[in-house]
Amino acid sequence: MNQSGLHYHYDVPGDDFSQAGAASSAVKQILKQLGLDPQVVRNMSIALYEGEINMVIHAGGGVIDVDIDDEKITAVLTDHGPGIENVELAMQDGWSTATEQVRGLGFGAGMGLPNMKKYSDDLKIDTEVGVGTTVTITVNL
Amino acid sequence: MSEYFHSVTLNREACHGCITCVKRCPTEAIRVRGGKAQIIAERCIDCGECIRVCPHHAKLAVTDPLSGIEKFKYKVVLPPPSLFGQYKRQEDLELIRTALIGLGFDEVYEVAAAAELVSDATRRLMEQGALKGPVISSACPAVLRLIRIRFPNLLDNVLPLLPPMEVAARLARAKAVEETGLKPEEIGIAFLTPCPAKVTSVKNPMGTEKSSVDLAISVSDVYPALLASMNKCAERGVGPDHSQSGRTGLSWGNSGGEAAATFTMRYLAADGIENVINVLEQMEDEKLADQDFVELNACPAGCVGGVLNIENPYVAVTRMKHLRDYRPVACNHIQGEKLPTELPWDAPVEPITALRLDPSPMKAMQKMQRIEAIQKRLYGLDCGSCGAPSCRALAEDIVNGYADEDACIYILKKKVETVRDSLLKLKIGDRDKTDEKDGCAR
Repeated sequence: MNQSGLHYHYDVPGDDFSQAGAASSAVKQILKQLGLDPQVVRNMSIALYEGEINMVIHAGGGVIDVDIDDEKITAVLTDHGPGIENVELAMQDGWSTATEQVRGLGFGAGMGLPNMKKYSDDLKIDTEVGVGTTVTITVNL
Repeated sequence: MSEYFHSVTLNREACHGCITCVKRCPTEAIRVRGGKAQIIAERCIDCGECIRVCPHHAKLAVTDPLSGIEKFKYKVVLPPPSLFGQYKRQEDLELIRTALIGLGFDEVYEVAAAAELVSDATRRLMEQGALKGPVISSACPAVLRLIRIRFPNLLDNVLPLLPPMEVAARLARAKAVEETGLKPEEIGIAFLTPCPAKVTSVKNPMGTEKSSVDLAISVSDVYPALLASMNKCAERGVGPDHSQSGRTGLSWGNSGGEAAATFTMRYLAADGIENVINVLEQMEDEKLADQDFVELNACPAGCVGGVLNIENPYVAVTRMKHLRDYRPVACNHIQGEKLPTELPWDAPVEPITALRLDPSPMKAMQKMQRIEAIQKRLYGLDCGSCGAPSCRALAEDIVNGYADEDACIYILKKKVETVRDSLLKLKIGDRDKTDEKDGCAR
């Protein structure tokens, strides 16, 4: 393999729940085809799905960049949404700022960030209120 | 039996090489090569979608002939629950049971009866907390094979019990041996199959080494003879009811029946292969973690929708509903504390790695890079003219050495145009130059 590995770029539209999860689903198919350890596929799929949904619910969408090399999978989720005011609080199970309407759709149970933490080997959150959030999910092969 | 035996097969003469089946195959297991459809054996799950959609009836299910039963001394037939929805003239279960005897069988053992035992065992295992939830039903062999190929992560959630057909065959054989004193191999067990997937699971079983079913006979093959036999029996009159199953077992013939019999409120039932795939995708992302039981059937409406059945599945469901109304809730229960040995899997069900690009992830990544480079050159129309279901699938085939880029007619057209253009631009030497006056080449 050449040094650059595999790169994928996805645009995630905001507030379109019919398409929410499309990017993580596409990544899942690729990881499966690569024949990676099913546990790795599962961890990345779930963590990425949660991140993607968060972008749809809270940030009006954004972009996802996925890099795969022979050591790890890295997904960088970038949005220009409201930012997270208190990351520590947001990391707690069940804590959510989702609206009633969003909860009515079955989202916003407050498990997004906790699940991303649980299923990734490394989770980095850079956020600034009013500017946006960049989340980096890493799963080691 | 070979690891990749399949009931679904092709009648080469009838195949026009159109791409109807190629497009509909849920595991991208069909390609048109040399003008005929080809099935990639390791990917096929025998769901029968290709049989369902082929406009030329070129896709067939290989099944056993009814005459195959002749060689056995004692003949037992296993009718599946869905069979009871196939006939209009059917006041009760006994008529069809008697008519089956009229076809030359010595005994009838209803698969629905075994289904009630599987339901009982499922409830017990779920109550004991012995299963990883949400529990996925294991009865549909097409779904189970799909999970092995596309969703190996979910194998831990699959109910580790044999399907009712297999349990029925084991119990029927034991009963026949006891009643007749014959040797087990002298008993012939014939299952009337509504689908090719069950034929495959008889020849190449999952969850056990060897199936107890000797013959899998298509419902569509016995349909006319059974109808004639039913008419004859109805004229003569039918004796008292000896049917062996209740509402629980009979409900297994349609989608939702197995799930409802778990007595949990938190269940879902999906039918039709596309819907099944959708649910499995969601399960894989842990979106259905709040469910206790997930019933999945590859055919629309459940087993009644099997491609070897005759009746419209929704009509069959309605008929079965009326039949069930007069039946007890269940006629079969597990006696004692322990599960009978006939029920649990006695061989592991492993993942099938038919979709991965290469056994080595490093090599798979290299292939993936090449696939994506090729895919960029293709036109993204997914027209299927190359014989693959999509441009992506063609790119994969090229990298795996099964196809050539020129298989794409748009690429070929571009090449032809390039050749034509360069021919037109060819400079011909002075000696042969066009005469200015009459414009003719000399």
